[in-house]
Amino acid sequence: MTSVKMTVNGKSVSGEVEGRTLLVSFLREQAGLTGTHVGCDTSQCGACLVHVNGDAVKSCTMLALEAEGADVATIEGQANADGSLNVIQQAFQDHHGLQCGFCTPGMVMSAAALLKENPKPSESEIRNYLQGNICRCTGYHNIVKAVLAASGQDVGAIAAE
Amino acid sequence: MYNFEFEQPTTVADAVKALSEEDAQALGGGQTLLPTMKQRLAMPSKLVSLTAIDEIKGVKKDGDQLVIGGGTTHGTVAREASADYPGLAGLASKIGDPAVRNRGTMGGSLANNDPSACYPAALLASGGTVVTDRREIAADDYFQGMFTTALEEGEIITAVKLPIPEKSNYQKFEQPASRFPLVGVFVAKYAGGVRVAVTGASNEGVFRWTEAEEALSGDFSASALEGLSASAEGMISDIHGSSEYRAHLIGVMTKRAVTAAA
Amino acid sequence: MPKDSGIGASSKRREDVRFLTGAGNYTDDINIRGQAYVHFLRSDVAHGKINGIDTNAAEAMPGVVRIFTGKDFEGIGGLPCGWQVTDRHGEVMQEPPHPVLAQGKVRHVGDPIAAVVADTAEQARDAVEAIEVDLEELPAVINMKEALKEGATKVHDDLTSNLCYDWGFVEENKGAVEEAIQNAAHVTTLELVNNRLVANPMEPRVAVGDFERGTGNSTLYTTSQNPHVIRLLMGAFVLGIPEHKLRVVAPDVGGGFGTKIFHYAEEAFCTFAAKAINRPVKWTSSRSEAFISDAHGRDHVTKIELALDADNNFTAVRTETHANMGAYLSTFAPSVPTWLHGVLMAGNYKTPNIYVNVKAVFTNTVPVDAYRGAGRPEATYQLERVIDKAARELGVDPIALRRQNFITEFPYDTPVAVTYDTGDYGATMDKLEEMADIAGFAERRRQSEAKGKLRGLGINCYIEACGIAPSNLVGQLGARAGLYESATVRVNATGGLVVMTGSHSHGQGHETAFPQVIAEMIGIDESMIEIVHGDTANTPMGMGTYGSRSLAVGGSAMVRAAEKVINKAKKIAAHLMEASDADIELKDGAFSVAGTDKSVAWGDVCLAAYVPHNYPLEDLEPGLEETAFYDPSNFTYPSGAYACEVEVDPDTGKVTIERMMAADDFGNVVNPMIVSGQVHGGLAQGIGQALLENCVYDENGQLLSASYMDYAMPRASDLPNFEVDHSCATPCTHNPLGVKGCGEAGAIGSPPSVVNAVIDALNSGGKDVPHIDMPMSPARVWAAMNRASATGHGTAEGRSLGGASG
Repeated sequence: MTSVKMTVNGKSVSGEVEGRTLLVSFLREQAGLTGTHVGCDTSQCGACLVHVNGDAVKSCTMLALEAEGADVATIEGQANADGSLNVIQQAFQDHHGLQCGFCTPGMVMSAAALLKENPKPSESEIRNYLQGNICRCTGYHNIVKAVLAASGQDVGAIAAE
Repeated sequence: MYNFEFEQPTTVADAVKALSEEDAQALGGGQTLLPTMKQRLAMPSKLVSLTAIDEIKGVKKDGDQLVIGGGTTHGTVAREASADYPGLAGLASKIGDPAVRNRGTMGGSLANNDPSACYPAALLASGGTVVTDRREIAADDYFQGMFTTALEEGEIITAVKLPIPEKSNYQKFEQPASRFPLVGVFVAKYAGGVRVAVTGASNEGVFRWTEAEEALSGDFSASALEGLSASAEGMISDIHGSSEYRAHLIGVMTKRAVTAAA
Repeated sequence: MPKDSGIGASSKRREDVRFLTGAGNYTDDINIRGQAYVHFLRSDVAHGKINGIDTNAAEAMPGVVRIFTGKDFEGIGGLPCGWQVTDRHGEVMQEPPHPVLAQGKVRHVGDPIAAVVADTAEQARDAVEAIEVDLEELPAVINMKEALKEGATKVHDDLTSNLCYDWGFVEENKGAVEEAIQNAAHVTTLELVNNRLVANPMEPRVAVGDFERGTGNSTLYTTSQNPHVIRLLMGAFVLGIPEHKLRVVAPDVGGGFGTKIFHYAEEAFCTFAAKAINRPVKWTSSRSEAFISDAHGRDHVTKIELALDADNNFTAVRTETHANMGAYLSTFAPSVPTWLHGVLMAGNYKTPNIYVNVKAVFTNTVPVDAYRGAGRPEATYQLERVIDKAARELGVDPIALRRQNFITEFPYDTPVAVTYDTGDYGATMDKLEEMADIAGFAERRRQSEAKGKLRGLGINCYIEACGIAPSNLVGQLGARAGLYESATVRVNATGGLVVMTGSHSHGQGHETAFPQVIAEMIGIDESMIEIVHGDTANTPMGMGTYGSRSLAVGGSAMVRAAEKVINKAKKIAAHLMEASDADIELKDGAFSVAGTDKSVAWGDVCLAAYVPHNYPLEDLEPGLEETAFYDPSNFTYPSGAYACEVEVDPDTGKVTIERMMAADDFGNVVNPMIVSGQVHGGLAQGIGQALLENCVYDENGQLLSASYMDYAMPRASDLPNFEVDHSCATPCTHNPLGVKGCGEAGAIGSPPSVVNAVIDALNSGGKDVPHIDMPMSPARVWAAMNRASATGHGTAEGRSLGGASG
């Protein structure tokens, strides 16, 4: 076992891990942050997506030890300081961008990374950016709409239904 | 995963030393190796992470070539190579997905030499050079078949030198599930001729389509490829496409790359 | 003006807040102090004889608590099948045992042989690799038609053959159908495959078993769509635990799509092992494990014939289907190709003669069971494809041909045993034509052609039987369970309500939509109502969520319970206002006496029920809590018309969905936002089936599409924006809400329109391609285009396993 220490959502978190402990396992099992999910084992579904030093990363494909000293952001740290939903989260609720909720944390974190890099993405840019986030419930229609709305753009172009 | 020791050196020298142990393996961004290990298809006793070695990161122009550190992520290449080598940046910007591009590295991709990886096509079409901790290897000598390269045990790719072409483009036709290339074609036009490298298609891994290179070296236009077709022999045949289909796509993607080349 | 609350309002989903903040409580988030972890040793061959299992080395591995094999389950029940089909000769189906851990033989890749329980998940997996199994590989049967040949290897030695049943429906129609086909002016024949799929909810399955020594009570936390069904099946048939000693909890569940209906070996194992080792036992499936242990869906191979008279009226439909059951009968597997498929073969059309034959076949593959739509997508696909093919052969407009044959009078008794209560197929088609802008298609096609692309338009109709189902009917059809639903409405002293429903929510938004109904009935704010579900300890009996039944059946039970509550509350209000209860009206959260200005608030009546100081105690019990069971008198019949426009790249065969439109009749709609979302998701899964998804085995029974590297899940960039409408509403006539169900429509209605569109595109480009099997991958479309002139399309002969490789 090796000790590892990182900052998660602004708080220092440390623990003892094996070499093989994945970042997602550390977050879920040691940091108690179960909002980050595991939906596949081939790095494709994106349910485990978190930010490491500001970059979107699949936490199922990164070792906990590789995050030593890193600044990690997860879904649990996304809401506004007063606990209310942030702009992206609120847009997902307003536009019904989630159903079962399992892919949602990764989807929201991915959307946040997109909007940081590209504050006014087009619909096709959103769809392409979400290549690594699989949702089985929504058909993506309302996710795309939510991301557009979160970026302050008109969602009228997307069919009202 | 099987358990392993983890080490994260900060210099190439320390990494080489760490890799000299038996069954030690280098870990780049881990975007291929970690999923492989999750399936328990690899069992290194030690993983030596290269991600903390700053000297093997970055994109810089050196005369008429681009030098890219082996530890440079796809995302960085996509951003930083776009002015000098748009064909390469375009390729990098479409590998995997954004999160994969933030971790995966050029050195990791080339060392692994997955027959469906994108970067091997860029290296081979550019006639580039692989720089390691101990030597330089020409692209034409580097690839030795699916998942096989000229690298020795414990040898680390520190950089890749890519001559900048006049025009280039990469066209990827995605396998519907993995989104890896079913066929990817990189076309690079240099003063001395055109190089065409194909990935995803062959049982032997990345290869140069020399007939197309000859045709394009005389006339760099899609029409120069009319009547030319790649052979289906030796092409991969699987649930996503027959060898004939892959051979056909090589022609289509090459034409599209030539037309789009900038 | 759209409403802002109650029935018909697009209330925002309250459950979203926890999901959006990482505060959901999924089964894998549950960790019980002291829990151990199980990893299963699964067969890597499709068929084999177990000559011995040596666990000695594994027992000695670090952290190992105990290793279980089939021996530990001798004398314990197997996984039961919940439906018994009787075949066309009056014989009941062949029903093999389905052990929790393999007994002597393995029958598919993934069949569990042994289980290691250890202190950590990795230790369990490490030890699994140290188990030595002497496994003698046997020839495997993968192809359904091969499996039925004389002398074929048998999946189950003690069965007479690999034929589970040979079902004819309606057997008495057979002669008339034959005669109609003989006398037809035109017969269109089509052989097709309904490709095998994997449901792939994003949350893999998880089970946590717990045993309380002090009470002898067992608890199972599981990713289930129907915890009560699991309690009944596992308790009564597998482990012999009476229901009062067994609690099953399905907390937040990350999607189901049918595959989480069934009772699985891992659930029984964890419950059993927790008692055996006196420690909680947890199993978390990886995605790779899910591919070889979750029940698969579809996998039908069908020949369909459509007979028409000289005026293009449909005169008969005859089908012959091979349906893959896999190696064992999953919980509801036998019902899918029969009662959920055969009874829908009339579609939206007044075809007088219909005969359906289904041969269900055992193969050495993962069991196949219900997946979103379950039988109804298979029915719709073949019917709507053959109609389109007929239109092309006859040179008539495919919409006109459909319209001409629409059922127009309701109720309508089909020749396949069901009665459609309502519908207006002309109206949904009218709406679709408006949405699809069919008049503008020629111009859009011209624009596509200018870019070197082929453009096609495909349309189809669908009907489904939802709201499953009348218990007395399904009982006659072989169901071993009732299919009612129940609900308890508990009013608290301060006026808030808790509704405990047997309808589990795993993405459907019950926690939001169900309160809308109650709020409307009482005239109070939705926030005063809480929905409780998913725990057998605190909800009444529940048959669960599948078959688009939650609102139609579970919602109806809730309405009935709420009506009982309101009736009692009226009596209390009558007492408080010294009036007759017949004169009491409830509106906007207040009871009033008709024709007077006397009124008492909802909250005051509730308080009186629990603080019965001024209360008719001699006539009425205190408290305000009622339970109702609702058993529907018929299925519901949602229907609609769908259109798809595609572009095909003739150089690569790649199909791009340009437009996807759905006009549905769901009857009354409680939350239009949620309903649209359900349709979107169904459309994506239907498009996935049509273009991307394929579960493929090789001839040895190895699963080739065993991860997302080879099983193509639809991504955002594969799909267009959807245009959906549900304004054409003919309310269901037999449930109190007039609702029909919307969960499966998108997945049922979309595959034929996509395929019809691709065929239309190719034909517009001069390619005479009558059919391409799903998924229409670029490789398949390209191959079809390039072989079109030489060989025409293949037959189903060579592809008797859904989506055989290539």
